[in-house]
Amino acid sequence: MLAQQLVNGVLLGATYALFALGFTLMFGVLRVINLTYGFYFSAGALLALWMARQGASIWVALPLAALGAGCIAVVLDWVLLTRLRRIQAPELSSLMVTLGGVLALYSALTSWLGPDIRRLPPGIVSVDAFHIGDIRVTAAQVLILGATALLVAALLLLMRGTRLGLAIRAMAEKPDAAQLMGIDTGRAAALVSFISGCLAGAGGVLIGLNFNAIHPYMGETMMLRGFVVIIVGGLGDIRGALLAGLALGVIEVMTAGYVASGLKEAVAFLILVAVLWTRPSGLFGRAVLRRA
Amino acid sequence: MPAWLDDLLWTYQNLVYALGINGLLALSMYVVLAVGQLSLGQAAFMGLGAYSSALMTLKLGLPFAAVLPLSVVAPVAFALAVGGPTLRLAGVYLAIATIGLGEVLRAVYLNVDLFGGALGLSGIPERATAAMIYGLLGLAVLGLWLIGRSGIGRAMEAMREDETAAAVMGVPVRRYKMGALLASATLAGLAGCLSAHVSSFIGPNEYGFEPAVTILSYALLGGIGTPLAPVVGGWVLTLLPELLRGVSDIRLVLNGVIIVLAVLFLPNGLLALRMKRIGARTAA
Repeated sequence: MLAQQLVNGVLLGATYALFALGFTLMFGVLRVINLTYGFYFSAGALLALWMARQGASIWVALPLAALGAGCIAVVLDWVLLTRLRRIQAPELSSLMVTLGGVLALYSALTSWLGPDIRRLPPGIVSVDAFHIGDIRVTAAQVLILGATALLVAALLLLMRGTRLGLAIRAMAEKPDAAQLMGIDTGRAAALVSFISGCLAGAGGVLIGLNFNAIHPYMGETMMLRGFVVIIVGGLGDIRGALLAGLALGVIEVMTAGYVASGLKEAVAFLILVAVLWTRPSGLFGRAVLRRA
Repeated sequence: MPAWLDDLLWTYQNLVYALGINGLLALSMYVVLAVGQLSLGQAAFMGLGAYSSALMTLKLGLPFAAVLPLSVVAPVAFALAVGGPTLRLAGVYLAIATIGLGEVLRAVYLNVDLFGGALGLSGIPERATAAMIYGLLGLAVLGLWLIGRSGIGRAMEAMREDETAAAVMGVPVRRYKMGALLASATLAGLAGCLSAHVSSFIGPNEYGFEPAVTILSYALLGGIGTPLAPVVGGWVLTLLPELLRGVSDIRLVLNGVIIVLAVLFLPNGLLALRMKRIGARTAA
């Protein structure tokens, strides 16, 4: 029982980590809490659903939905944030603009598609389950873990092993200096938006697979987890987001299993407030706080 | 009261209530924006006021004269818990924590039996009157206007423009920020209590993400030049869907677009712009 809960928790946590990675990357490089991020998550899931209904297999639908969400992210970032970036507006302005944008997007999507919960066509992933001792792991869960591991590895490789990653990290460190060193910061910003959007979109598809419930507002309910993970992990800290995401998944499953399932959300929030009281730069934080 | 006015009030009773309550909510947003902070907890504070006051009326049978002042206790307590750690940090932390607060409370209302789950609480007696709502709104506008003209008001403006500079000049920045958040929670809690006691029903989804952002759009449309501006912004956005039938479906899309346009192109709000122009003309 405990081992099974742990496995379920780690799998849930893997999707939280995947979702939060793009969020924290976006903050780390672009210095913006971009609230449209949850929308990419919904968009990815809905795109995959649409493709699956057209008869595409999950191997086609998952990557295409992720890329589609990435493209949406680039467009939204350009529409909402380029102007504010150019005039170097305070960060609360950027936060507010993405807040207005995301409300418009969610409500437009809901009035277009309706608020109902949709389900993926049966048989999109095989319903087989593997048994290791007493532990049961479904094929969907294996897919989730595999896809998450692959995407995280690809992200780390890109960030640590390529010139592009170096440019992005330089921009995160000091955008002005990076620009003086000949880095095209506009293009790098678009690229970061694209990568974040892809990660969110993939997260949406995988969470959609895990719970088999897809609806326009699913990204909004996910944002609370996103906030908790990026703050507990430290804003902009990729490794921290990974660990905090896994931890949150395990804690939520344990709370639901041993305390009360209704308290799942409350636990996430209690962790958030506790961390803000005690270690606001995150549990693994190198502090980069701008104190007033 | 002449008969036609009585008729009019009767026909548009709900709208009259909504205008007053949304005015209070717009003010509760104004108070935090006025010190340069962004709290998205207004809807959550309103929900706390609504649920706690409804429970006091329904379960404890307290008279409304006690319920109304007591309805601010829960929102203020939550504002202290969330504001304590976040107001020391950069502004985004308060915004994030207050969005989180709204989401969590919605989950709690849905899952805890005391709050009636998805059905919410119904059968709340109609104890609030339009006179109470507009009396409180008037008092709040007057109070905030007087504060705005005092030394505190100038200190708040200085904080909004440049927090570090204000702190260097001796403005007790953290105390004012906390004071603003508590005032905001108080106003939103009162609005919640009044709305619960005019509508007889409250549900968990009335205080989530959408209302939180809608309240922000009131303040951004009006601008925060004077306390009256956000109230008028709230009135415009409450009346618009009533006047244009086709708009009511896409009301929230419109609110979102207004926020985007206001932040990108009209940082002082629609009304502030007009006032400045009129002022400029008379000066010239």
